[in-house]
Amino acid sequence: MEYIVEMENIRKEFPGIVANDNISLGLKKGEILALLGENGAGKSTLMSILFGLYKPDSGQIRVRGSDVSITNPNQANDLGIGMVHQHFKLVHNFTVTENIILGMEPKQGLTLNLRDASKKIKELSEKYRLNVDPDAVIENVSVGMQQRVEILKMLYRDAEVLIFDEPTAVLTPQEIQELIKIMKDLKAEGKSIILITHKLKEIKAAADRCTVIRKGKFIGTVNVAEKTEAEMAEMMVGRKVSFSVDKKEQEPGEKVLELQNLSVMSNHKGILGLRDFSVDVKQGEILGIAGVDGNGQTELVEALTGLRKTESGRILLNGKDISSSTIRERILSGIAHIPEDRQKRGLVLDYSVEENMILEIYNKEPYSKNYILNREAIRKHADKIIKDFDVRTGEGAVTPVRSLSGGNQQKAIVGREVDHNPDLLIAVQPTRGLDVGSIEYIHRRLVEQRDNGKAVLLVSLELDEVLDLSDRIAIINNGELIGMVKASETDEKEVGLMMTGIRKGEQS
Amino acid sequence: MKTTVNKQVIIGLISVVLGLLAGALLMLITGNNPFEGYNYLFRGGLMNIERIGNTLATATPLIFTGLSVAFAFKTGLFNIGASGQMLFGGLCATAVGLSFDMPRFILLAAMILAAMIGGGLWALIPGFLKARFNVHEVVATIMMNWISYWVIYYTVPAFFKGEFLETESRNLPAAASLKAPWLTNLFDGSFINYGLFLAVIAVILIEIILNRTILGFELKAAGYNRFSAEYAGMNVNRNIILSMVIAGALAGVGGATFYIGYASNIQIGVLPSLGFDGIAVALLGSNAPYGVFISALFFGILHSGKGFMNAMTSIPPEIGDTIIATIIYFAATSVLIEKGVNAVKAKLSGMKNKEQESVPAEGGR
Repeated sequence: MEYIVEMENIRKEFPGIVANDNISLGLKKGEILALLGENGAGKSTLMSILFGLYKPDSGQIRVRGSDVSITNPNQANDLGIGMVHQHFKLVHNFTVTENIILGMEPKQGLTLNLRDASKKIKELSEKYRLNVDPDAVIENVSVGMQQRVEILKMLYRDAEVLIFDEPTAVLTPQEIQELIKIMKDLKAEGKSIILITHKLKEIKAAADRCTVIRKGKFIGTVNVAEKTEAEMAEMMVGRKVSFSVDKKEQEPGEKVLELQNLSVMSNHKGILGLRDFSVDVKQGEILGIAGVDGNGQTELVEALTGLRKTESGRILLNGKDISSSTIRERILSGIAHIPEDRQKRGLVLDYSVEENMILEIYNKEPYSKNYILNREAIRKHADKIIKDFDVRTGEGAVTPVRSLSGGNQQKAIVGREVDHNPDLLIAVQPTRGLDVGSIEYIHRRLVEQRDNGKAVLLVSLELDEVLDLSDRIAIINNGELIGMVKASETDEKEVGLMMTGIRKGEQS
Repeated sequence: MKTTVNKQVIIGLISVVLGLLAGALLMLITGNNPFEGYNYLFRGGLMNIERIGNTLATATPLIFTGLSVAFAFKTGLFNIGASGQMLFGGLCATAVGLSFDMPRFILLAAMILAAMIGGGLWALIPGFLKARFNVHEVVATIMMNWISYWVIYYTVPAFFKGEFLETESRNLPAAASLKAPWLTNLFDGSFINYGLFLAVIAVILIEIILNRTILGFELKAAGYNRFSAEYAGMNVNRNIILSMVIAGALAGVGGATFYIGYASNIQIGVLPSLGFDGIAVALLGSNAPYGVFISALFFGILHSGKGFMNAMTSIPPEIGDTIIATIIYFAATSVLIEKGVNAVKAKLSGMKNKEQESVPAEGGR
């Protein structure tokens, strides 16, 4: 079969790092090729080169057999290459049609001709069974639907080669299934697809072949049918990976956290983000919160940590109502928080590692006395966390946190929070965007907290993570508690359905 | 830590050099000899002990306004109201000086204290508005500048009118001036005054507050990233107000050094430009107290030397201001300079790497 896109010996250097070291990739016509690699392996750089965002230092790109040099996205567009970005590029108060024609508006004299465009979009939508309403306004449709609009945008521009950049990160398990079906339909219609991902299950389900890169280097291209997930994982990471988390059965103890009918406002005025929410977390257990992004998790976590006011209901920590306590009072009474966004909330990027390690305890002895900071004690504290939590830093405790890799930033936060020896550890998306090694490590640390009799509240959008780590799982949808299941007695399908808002009894 | 400081120094120096080069170009275009021009400019600032004294006296209020802006910057606030704070602080100091008859030391201390409180109060309002209602401090401090301007316009003629002129206050008695005969004599009759010592103390104090105390730790954390400061349980709103008040108090004392040290009375209808120059001083000093000190001295030289340059050559004094403006421009675009420095570094190390091709570049961000 002939190749529609070939990239040969692509090399791209950034100051101090070789992002792509002679990587070759060939996409056959009418296939789904997965591009597999950990975060920072160079996947995005490679695709940005294909899409004309970066210029390669050396190497050759061929499209339909002829040499091309792609210097900007418009050129890629003209060659029939389109990309669905991880973060959608849509105007929220525009309709589907308006978004799709943006940048190539069909004109009629001085006015827009939306009718023809709308008709063409409807036809495309039917042909590929995308089920998109051309007149719907973006902010009123689901995330999965928005993604289909992005796909339509490429089809509208007659793209033959479609690049999907981590398309499943924002979807529910059911939506993922639908997306895979859509990709297969596209393939059946003769489109060629590159699927960028680090999720092996999806590659197994969707892709024909898989190109693996690691630390900027080309590792190999394999036929997906001939390899197991474990084999591909080994290619990606460079060593054997254990996916299961060792966790002994243990009887949970006293209630540490108890939420009673908690209601919290969302960012939209007058709308409750969390409604009448009641759960408890006991000593020695991990309670997972499963749900699609934006269904009340943020409101829940911010209400617990004091970043957001509660509307009604009570938050009991060790039996004491803390719902009107300040953030600092809550930290002092035993809540630690690994925040969702480590760079926005968790760290002061312009501070050094040691300064970040005392972010919550700088005013306590020995770190300060009579308002004066004690550099020596601060250094010792940071050195201990760096050692205990295997934080890799360039220059030790004085390294600016900004220069740490994402995984090490996260390990530093986990170390800091665990070091507070909290009764309740709230971990939100604790492994987002991390490499496999760091994920394993952080998972072990969370389970260790549980084994030591602490309560852990795990909020994650990665369903696998919730299923693997939790003892019990609370499913949240549209701000309400849909159900509570035991992790040992449920599976992905059941939880996935509940995440869409269907209660346990209602399932057929 | 060490390398970052050095980098800032290099960027500052490059800004200065580029600014001076641009000034030279201007002198050339206007048909003058830049070497001659710069010779007189620097001689005008440093030629003899009296001129050095004047340079230091000119620099003194700049140190304060620079510190004020830098301190606010460090804590994430843009204090564009140092002029108004200076003016009001100066009014408070002058009012105390003209109204009370006390032993000199106590009087001076009371005047400085009044200036601190006045400047702090002038910044408290924008700080409160920012913390409570999220009113942008740039807008609020500019408004306060004009309120200060008109308050002086009314107060001075109404209560402290000079003997001959409606437009300025009475001259302060010698006991209420920061000038000291021994100091004036030491510097051959220059304007130098006790304000310089206050400035040095302020620089050291601010350095300690910012880098050694938990107050500085909190304020900087809120400035760098208010979301993580909030997350860590710090009272961000209180810190915003406190930070503005400290910045205002600094500018207020700066006003005192200007109106009761450098000058001996306060004029109406003039919004001192030193408050705005403070922004430049802070930028060039990369918001570090010691950096502010040095860059204020440098600006002091330019300010006090430009008159001499004008007298000795046909170069207009505006060239001096243009050089200052250009330096500010380069300091403000220090990000670009930093990029340039990094690019040169990368090129140099790239050349080194090519020489030893066999060494693989390690990945990992």
